[in-house]
Amino acid sequence: MLQYIIRRLLQLIPVLLGMTFIVFLIIRAIPGDPALVILGQQATEEAVAALRASLGLDEPWYVQYFQYLGNLFTGDLGESIRTRTPVNEEIWPYLATTFELSFFAILIAVIIGVNAGIISAWFQNSWFDYTAMILALVGVSMPIFWLGLMMQYQFSLQWDWLPTSGREDVRDPVTAITNLYLLDTLIQGRFDQFWTVLKHLIMPGIALATIPMAIIARMTRSSMLEVMKSDYIRTARAKGEKMFWVVYKHSLKNAVIPVLTVIGLQTGLLLGGAILTETIFSLPGIGRYIYEGISSRDYPVIQSGILVVAFIFVMINLIVDILYSIIDPRIRYN
Amino acid sequence: MNKKAWLLFFVLLLTVSTALFGCSSEDGASEDGSGNDGGGDSAEETQDTLVFGRGGDSVGLDPITVTDGESFKVTKNIFDTLIFFGEQDTEIQPGLAADWEVSEDGLTYTFMLQEGVTFHDGTEFNADAVVFNFDRWANGTEDKFYYYKSMFGGFGDDEGHVIESVTAVDDMTVEIKLKRPQAPFLKNLAMSPFGIASPAAVEELGDEGFNEAPVGTGPFKFVEWRRNERIVVEKNEDYWQEGYPKLNQIIFRSIPENSARLNALLNNEIDLADGINPSDAAQIEGNDQLQLFERPSMNIGYLGLTATREPFDDPKVRQAMNHAIDRQAIVDAFFEGRAEVAKNPMPPVISGYNDEIEGYEYDPEKAKQLLEEAGLGDGFEMELWAMPVPRPYMPDGQKVAEAIQSNLAEVGITAEIVTYEWATYLEKARLGEADAFLLGWTGDNGDADNFLYVLLDQDNIGSNNYTYYENQEVHDLLIQAQSETDEDTRNQLYMEAQELIHADAPWVPLAHSTPLMAGSAALQDFLAHPTGSDDLHRVYFE
Repeated sequence: MLQYIIRRLLQLIPVLLGMTFIVFLIIRAIPGDPALVILGQQATEEAVAALRASLGLDEPWYVQYFQYLGNLFTGDLGESIRTRTPVNEEIWPYLATTFELSFFAILIAVIIGVNAGIISAWFQNSWFDYTAMILALVGVSMPIFWLGLMMQYQFSLQWDWLPTSGREDVRDPVTAITNLYLLDTLIQGRFDQFWTVLKHLIMPGIALATIPMAIIARMTRSSMLEVMKSDYIRTARAKGEKMFWVVYKHSLKNAVIPVLTVIGLQTGLLLGGAILTETIFSLPGIGRYIYEGISSRDYPVIQSGILVVAFIFVMINLIVDILYSIIDPRIRYN
Repeated sequence: MNKKAWLLFFVLLLTVSTALFGCSSEDGASEDGSGNDGGGDSAEETQDTLVFGRGGDSVGLDPITVTDGESFKVTKNIFDTLIFFGEQDTEIQPGLAADWEVSEDGLTYTFMLQEGVTFHDGTEFNADAVVFNFDRWANGTEDKFYYYKSMFGGFGDDEGHVIESVTAVDDMTVEIKLKRPQAPFLKNLAMSPFGIASPAAVEELGDEGFNEAPVGTGPFKFVEWRRNERIVVEKNEDYWQEGYPKLNQIIFRSIPENSARLNALLNNEIDLADGINPSDAAQIEGNDQLQLFERPSMNIGYLGLTATREPFDDPKVRQAMNHAIDRQAIVDAFFEGRAEVAKNPMPPVISGYNDEIEGYEYDPEKAKQLLEEAGLGDGFEMELWAMPVPRPYMPDGQKVAEAIQSNLAEVGITAEIVTYEWATYLEKARLGEADAFLLGWTGDNGDADNFLYVLLDQDNIGSNNYTYYENQEVHDLLIQAQSETDEDTRNQLYMEAQELIHADAPWVPLAHSTPLMAGSAALQDFLAHPTGSDDLHRVYFE
């Protein structure tokens, strides 16, 4: 097992290297000049040229790439062109915001999605099954932007239950320690703030969870249906085992592998795909960080932001692969 | 994982999900009791913290280093300039300079400074501090202190650099000598980038550090900045303008999406919202908890016609375009009437505006006739570029482009709408790759030069003159006006230039919009400034 993990970690190196190369080339292929974006519409030619030189953008691309790569190996993610702050320093609060949001969203998606899928399979062709699967279809095709604004209208403006946007009540700001505000407020024993932060997470969490939840529900249902037709389930039922245990114990265990794959993929996608949610709910997450990097052609921010997200994505996939063998002892990595 | 662990896992899952559902119902019940979680303060106590919601975060907090409006919105309240703009116009008023004298030849400015002013770090504001700031700027580079170069022509010994020397005559008097007269000199000094910084703080923190922890003499002191989340400033108790500021604290929040920002305002999470869509204005006016603010217009939204591309190299075709487009309909439909139809490249509030000029009227027949004369009676095909982002001067580029497209179709011109991501759009347009493109401009200092020279002079081709429009006569007039110190003569020059530009028609000027803001009804004495940087020291809550 350990051997397998090490091998997988080593395999990551060429993957990530290739990725840095592709991202590096793509962002330089698109028109738009960081120097021009920084200086704005008013800039003169000389100003743009001077700034390009001071940013090292006048070097040939391969020189820039190897410089970037060299810095990466020393753990230096570069310095943001726009804010002139090292990305290493800047990136954590954004990542923390996204972690908190994604974790919350994937929790909702898994709890509701898996259970809805199981129950749909258990009572196949019942009204619950039909309703759940129609809802799942609606969920998959839901434009997050619209859903977010509608939720704001209903839950904040009409019912006044939840705040519309942000991570906290700015009039009573959270003192950041880890930047994971749920954790920070608990460490400081500020349960009132914990509750406020949680309330700020509910709507964006649901908005972000909608699509993965629907996918997970459909996946769980079809996987469960397949397993529940197998012989050992019939035997279990024949033994007189309660249906609940047949479903949640015997069937789920064999049905969960494809579901786990989907959950892993969706979690990875959430990290990068949170841009829309982060925009509507004004959350300063990694998606918005990269998005703003793109708008201002902040090359180091785009490169390193995408690299970090990609790294997390592959790590999640690795964890999922390891989980397979833990859940299903028939799967062995040697 | 063994069977027991699996079981435990699912029991946990179920517990958590039950707890979550429990929360949500409890949520509803408890809210009715307290009812005030939206963030509003209790009613008895007068509110003294203003939460200002805006579209983006600041890039930096040292005003001389930044170029974007969002940054100036904050620095305007931390720093004072030698000269102030008027409350809602760009007329010059005393600021940190209580009074000033200009020599006959317009080359020597003597500023008598305000007494009893201190920086937020406790150091004294005096002539040496002013000299220090000018020295710092004049020894900069263009990529560091962009606006200094842009307004004063260069640095140090550069030939274009208009400032010859800045000296302290005595403790409270500063003399600035110019190499040649600069008509808008005082207006330039009133711009936010030229806020006077504490010399002690700049020396201690360095340029980088100062950008994150600015120290000025303004009504509010910097407290905290968490990027993309909030910037907090608090009352400067020793502010030199007696009785101000009235607020205790301002929190700037960035909420990028216009609708989400309005929702936050409706839910009391913010007290003042920038960037209100014209289409939401009616809703705000119908809500007695809110009030609508109009920012006096100092902008122009236009359709640029690239003079180096066929068939727009022919002035007749450009004039035809002007006749073919129904600007009034565009203003009514997409600016919801909150804009004035434009006929010149600069707004009427700016002195030197030529009101004698008759705008091209909407007349498709006339347009066809002009096209006929240009040998294009059968029409032609062109690309029409639509801005991908909303701007105060262009709330919805795509829809405006569609309206223009159907106007053009009536006179036989087939326009294909194209758009690019914003940075790409600007870059390609700047390189002259667009046939016709939507764009606009918001003035920096309320001077005609800042519109006509910057946007349409041949010196600025490859920079802000996106249409590549060239006219030697216009150029001569604009250059002459730059150093003409007699106000009337100068205005006359600008009026002549506008006539020439009108005849050449490098643009279809569309509208001067009135950008909208909205705030809580309790907010008093807020005046939106045409430059976009609002001075909040008078604001209070009822």
